Amino acid sequence: MKKHRMYYIRQSAAALTILLSAALCGCSSDKGVNGQVIVYNWGEYIDPETLLMFEEEYGIKVIYDEFETNESMYPKVESGAVAYDIACPSDYMISRMIQNGMLSEINYGNIPNAKKNIGAQYFEQSRGFDPENKYAIPYCWGTVGILYNRTMVEEPITCWEQLWDEKYADNILMQDSVRDAFMVAEKLNGHSMNTLDPAELEAAKNLLIEQKPLVQAYVVDQVRDKMIGGEAAIGVIYSGEAIYTQKENPDLVYVIPEEGTNVWIDSWVILKNAPNKENAEKFINFMCREDIALMNFEYITYSTPNVAARELIEEEEIKNSEIAFPDLSQYGNLETYVYLGEDGDYLYNELWKEVKAY
Amino acid sequence: MKSKNKWLSAPYILWSAVFIIVPLGMILYYGLTDQTGSFTLDNITAIASAGHAKALRVSLLLSLVSTLVCFLLAYPLAMILAGVQVKRHNFIILVFILPMWMNFLLRTLAWQTLLEKNGVINHVLSFLHLPALRIINTPAAIILGMVYNFLPFMVLPLYNALSKIDTNVINAARDLGANHVYTFIRIILPLSIPGIISGITMVFIPALTTFVISSLLGGGKLLLIGDVIEQEFTRTSNWHLGSGLSMILMVFILINMVLSAIFDKDGEGSML
Repeated sequence: MKKHRMYYIRQSAAALTILLSAALCGCSSDKGVNGQVIVYNWGEYIDPETLLMFEEEYGIKVIYDEFETNESMYPKVESGAVAYDIACPSDYMISRMIQNGMLSEINYGNIPNAKKNIGAQYFEQSRGFDPENKYAIPYCWGTVGILYNRTMVEEPITCWEQLWDEKYADNILMQDSVRDAFMVAEKLNGHSMNTLDPAELEAAKNLLIEQKPLVQAYVVDQVRDKMIGGEAAIGVIYSGEAIYTQKENPDLVYVIPEEGTNVWIDSWVILKNAPNKENAEKFINFMCREDIALMNFEYITYSTPNVAARELIEEEEIKNSEIAFPDLSQYGNLETYVYLGEDGDYLYNELWKEVKAY
Repeated sequence: MKSKNKWLSAPYILWSAVFIIVPLGMILYYGLTDQTGSFTLDNITAIASAGHAKALRVSLLLSLVSTLVCFLLAYPLAMILAGVQVKRHNFIILVFILPMWMNFLLRTLAWQTLLEKNGVINHVLSFLHLPALRIINTPAAIILGMVYNFLPFMVLPLYNALSKIDTNVINAARDLGANHVYTFIRIILPLSIPGIISGITMVFIPALTTFVISSLLGGGKLLLIGDVIEQEFTRTSNWHLGSGLSMILMVFILINMVLSAIFDKDGEGSML
């Protein structure tokens, strides 16, 4: 569920990359000695150094492309305009892709690092969207919580309810994405964040409309820079961004709200029609290697499910960080998104538009 | 000779066929079908739903206001530009167009940094003990962003129209006893109408369809019709609804184009 930064600009860069790579695919001189692999990942979700290392070690050319949201990734993969080998979607989008037969089963024999390094609990958790662990190998995970600036609030923030406190009018940053925004309201109402019950959805919508005058802005990844700059007192943020923001501004505190929240996992999947399946397996295996996973963790600061990599973290403070590696058993009411189906998505989007247009 | 010249337009015709006609056809196809591919008008009538209608109303209002502001700012400037000596005006126009060499998004992001609560402008104001400026995440910030980004599109057609006015006509008016104001109202303004219409078209259309400015400077609190369409494509992957709503916007654009075709027979806008 990683959020890219400055995405409009990078989006155009990504488009260029695709054009270039499409133009270059034709000539074999561009491929590595052992062919190529085409990877589709979230923006700024990998240490670029690791891609170079992979190319050097395996002689496989990596064509790397980035997406901004699960929803923008899906139609591109579905249309097959670019024949991607690997993608890195989030939980609910993986279940949608499984349902539509877009993924290829993982051959764990060719990816030994997966079972060796990645914690069993993360595979366990993945069963919510991939019941037999057949398709997805966890890459990053995290929670959605509240980041607040302790110099700008009167008491510690502990729950979603405080995002409706009039004291903090014009000081609240909400997520500008339908599922994350509704999650906050649904959790506050004590409902499931995967609900399709019309009455519960209506209640969530009304709550969000009630909150709108207090909200300074609906943002996606700008929440990072705005919180670092002290633009707002409270923001809804992904845990992976929280570590980075705290390094930049020590006054910031991240909490998992009392009412419960979303626990998400982004995972590597191999696409059904992957033209370079063997290279894709090598790539995922490489990404699961502890030293590579560590490099990626240090670069993007999103929690890694790679237990072996966590062992290698030198800074004790980070290794035992409550933000990066929270003990989920002590929080109640945690959930993972599930795919709601086309009608469910439509319903949520219509309600969200009503909130935004209000 | 004539048939030989025709061939030279082949690359352009091919280009417009592939990148203009085909995408337009696809928008029409998506706009008039539903997920199963059967014909429907639902995507177009969806504009009547409360959220969409309000987004369209807000978009129309904001783009009208910003077009008006652009016009009021650009007209005097274009008159000054048209009046200065040839040697210097190239330089002034360059200064004016220079920001356009930078990416439009970067410039809009820069405004965000300037206008923020703890932004550059407020730092300067608080240093001078002046009250803080609070327009970020309001409609005013969106209008500011629109005016800033689209002003050159108003200035250039106006400048073109004004600089084409024969000075003898103006001199004749003055000789016949018209004062400055009267000369302006009866001579300069009517002769610059093609430029005014082009300028309005070139500001109004991008302002009506923009989505970046509203999300960066408006804090996502004001939903414009451009935002709705963008989200239908990138987030909700409902290309059918997005295309249907785009077709509604095209109606406004067509009206605008018909107006400019009537008034702008010399094609002042094409000077850009």
